[in-house]
Amino acid sequence: MPAVQETVEQVRRIDVDQYKYGFETNIESEKAPKGLSEDTVRFISAKKNEPEWMLNWRLEAYRRWLTMREPSWARVSYPKIDYQDIYYYAAPKAFTAPKSLDEVDPEILKTYEKLGIPLKEQEILAGVRKQGEPSQLDDDEMTGGEARGRVAVDAVFDSVSVATTFKAELKKAGVIFMPISEAIREHPELVKKYLGSVVPTSDNFFATLNSAVFSDGSFVYVPEGVRCPMELSTYFRINEKNTGQFERTLIIADKGAYVSYLEGCTAPMRDENQLHAAVVELVALDDAEIKYSTVQNWYPGDAEGKGGIFNFVTKRGDCRGARSKISWTQVETGSAITWKYPSCILRGDSSRGEFYSIAISNGRQQVDSGTKMIHLGKNTTSRIISKGISAGKSNNTYRGLVTAHRKATGARNFTNCDSLLIGDQCGAHTVPYIEAKNSSAVFEHEATTSKISEDMLFYCQSRGMSAEEATALVVNGFVKDVLQQLPMEFAVEAQKLISISLEGSVG
Amino acid sequence: MADVTPIKTPAEQALANAYTGARDRLPGKGAVAALREDAFRAFEARGLPHRRVEEWKYTDLRTLMRDLYPLAAPPDAAAKARTKEAGNVLAGVGCRRLVFVAGVFVPELSDLAAEAGVSIGSMAEALAKGDALVAAHVGKTFATDDVAVALNTALMGDGAVIRIASGTQVARPIHLIFAAGSDRPSAIFMRSLIVVEKGARVTIVDDHDSGGSQENAALELVVGDEAEVDYVKLTRTNALHVASLMATVGARARFNSFAFTRDGKLVRNQNFIRFAGEHTESGIRGVSLLRGDDHVDTTLLIDHAKGHCVSREQFRTVLDDESHGVFQGKIVVEPHAQKTDAKMMTRSLLLTDRAEADNKPELEIFADDVVCGHGATAGALDPGLKFYLMSRGISEPEAEALLIQAFIGETVEEIAHEGIRTAVMNAAIEWLGRREW
Repeated sequence: MPAVQETVEQVRRIDVDQYKYGFETNIESEKAPKGLSEDTVRFISAKKNEPEWMLNWRLEAYRRWLTMREPSWARVSYPKIDYQDIYYYAAPKAFTAPKSLDEVDPEILKTYEKLGIPLKEQEILAGVRKQGEPSQLDDDEMTGGEARGRVAVDAVFDSVSVATTFKAELKKAGVIFMPISEAIREHPELVKKYLGSVVPTSDNFFATLNSAVFSDGSFVYVPEGVRCPMELSTYFRINEKNTGQFERTLIIADKGAYVSYLEGCTAPMRDENQLHAAVVELVALDDAEIKYSTVQNWYPGDAEGKGGIFNFVTKRGDCRGARSKISWTQVETGSAITWKYPSCILRGDSSRGEFYSIAISNGRQQVDSGTKMIHLGKNTTSRIISKGISAGKSNNTYRGLVTAHRKATGARNFTNCDSLLIGDQCGAHTVPYIEAKNSSAVFEHEATTSKISEDMLFYCQSRGMSAEEATALVVNGFVKDVLQQLPMEFAVEAQKLISISLEGSVG
Repeated sequence: MADVTPIKTPAEQALANAYTGARDRLPGKGAVAALREDAFRAFEARGLPHRRVEEWKYTDLRTLMRDLYPLAAPPDAAAKARTKEAGNVLAGVGCRRLVFVAGVFVPELSDLAAEAGVSIGSMAEALAKGDALVAAHVGKTFATDDVAVALNTALMGDGAVIRIASGTQVARPIHLIFAAGSDRPSAIFMRSLIVVEKGARVTIVDDHDSGGSQENAALELVVGDEAEVDYVKLTRTNALHVASLMATVGARARFNSFAFTRDGKLVRNQNFIRFAGEHTESGIRGVSLLRGDDHVDTTLLIDHAKGHCVSREQFRTVLDDESHGVFQGKIVVEPHAQKTDAKMMTRSLLLTDRAEADNKPELEIFADDVVCGHGATAGALDPGLKFYLMSRGISEPEAEALLIQAFIGETVEEIAHEGIRTAVMNAAIEWLGRREW
């Protein structure tokens, strides 16, 4: 069985390798003065050569942020964040938007090489296949013959985007894929129309902070009727000390368009906590589909809970058009604290929202994550599959909201959240909110919590597997529903991550 | 986060005034007075619960409770006469009736026939004379910072004090009848204590019809090791009814509860149940029938403090008109409570598009070798089933009534006592018969 073979290999590999992305790149960087004030906001805006309207938008958000309180309702605890002790902008020194890869600092290129992220267009992600070599998993009707297996990457390093690949080819198809700072200058009409329309600047404490100081992120626009010829992806890397990362992603799929977007993140190992407060907005118009996948592997802190990233992110998709579809898939293994709820607003009639999640916590990690499915339109459907795995001394909470508005006749939701506990010092919690305001809405929710069945382990072990191999196999089976949703290249990566993050949790 | 001190609402101010005005008249001195004072301070500090208090998210008492009615006066002969019909839901079941009118125990309406191992008394008397059983248990059954419980402790008047001695098998169910009696709206604060000692067995019916009064009732229940307790709560009100059950269940015991609410204008039934011994089996169930602008909130906190216990929570809600049903159920499995087996299921049936059902089943698990699960559904009657019945000549109202009966029947069936089970089902059918078409 290939799966078993793979698992065995992974288990062997993790011995020496807990968090393999924890290295630091030595590169001089230019930072905004420490702390947050109107000047910081102006500084960032000026660095990005932003038009006046954008600066005003930011300033308005900043002034509102000053009046807001940090929320405290989640099941996470962390020391008070000193917002004046953070650098809000850090960019590699003498950074000007490179015209081609040759202009990018070789140190940065090396970093991405080490991370396994290809920035050269002749390479592809994760080395799963050679360029152009067909995969059995690719459906020929689904992908354009030539573009098969390729991934366009936008690499974000601290506060700036350092490279975006395949831009030219995407342009041919009419797809706009560029750093958001460039989009503000080049496509102000699109940005103006959609930015903040899904997550308003006043949405919540961290989203408002992001609106004031966001530095970079990706912008995607897929025009009417276009099926994006390749996977798009952004790779986020925090490198600088004491900096926060505040990226902003905006993806618009116009009528009948389709796009699949991947996001990956890592950070060096440091003793201090770093704040990552991103905002992701998705807009799907009539018949459009957006598939958004995340493999989140920020530095989780050490075994004692020292260091690690605070991942406080607002992600929301708006199914604005009829028959539109947004699907979130996430594999969460990193971060000291994960606090996010990728959501779908099902506004268009017959629109569909999906959420597939694997959240794994180990050590002293804390996870409070889930989703919101807000049914507003008629005959809207949603599906939530969440798998939480807690090990070590971690706490893993699923928190989700499913609600049907009075006019959402025929709304339908199915939710399944399962938790697996490994060890007796961790906690697994489930907090679903199910609000039905329409009799024709049908909601089903089920949740289970259990430990890995002794019988299953015994069965595997009696066939010659070690306890660790058996556990990895059972866990892989447990999360299979979600892994299947990931694009192939990420699924392999995610599977590796899962075994890595469970290292030391068995026995 | 710095706390803002909100302005007191008229109801909060009235509650504070009621306490300061009645403090010296309320039963109990010394330790009891100190307990009241602490509870009142807790209320003062936090005020009435509102939607930002997670446990009261869907029942914003600060908004819903506009004012406080005057504290109930002791019942006169006329009030007692008005309660003749009270508790007749269980007529013919053969229960021992204990009647409380306007929050006061009325011995002359109660059945106080002597029975070996059963002692029955009034809470007000027990508090006044410093009864040892009351001193040992009141305020100690389940530690909670809930404001409704604090208010009850501060203002508790009368209630039942029942002790079932070790090994006693009580044949007749004990029927506690709480009737408002008054024709003037008033506020009633009642506290009861039931201690079922080791190996004893009893069925208790806690029957509240608070009419137009505001009622805050609390019951502390101690289920000893190997004891068997069946507890049934019946609720109806035209005003406000807040009830808190605080229970501690011993080892190898059996505890089943069933809550039936119909005609609940504004009801909050909260249950705090702790399994303090191993190998206990328990079923926590309930059915709520809502119409008009009824608001019924069932909130559970099931604390598995010890391992090897089995609990089943099963709730059904039927919502008509503009009613609002709330179910919040939290199962906590404490560290080392291994081999816990807990399953919770809540189902809401919405009969109109104006009704609202909010469900929040929660799991909070700190032990790894457990089997826990919860499920929640919300939806309308199955049109296929309705069509099937109607195609066989059954009218639409009848078809719906049959389907609703089947929906709640599954849960009602779990009531162990046959007479009570039939009485509850009949009350449900009576409610269905009043449905307007």
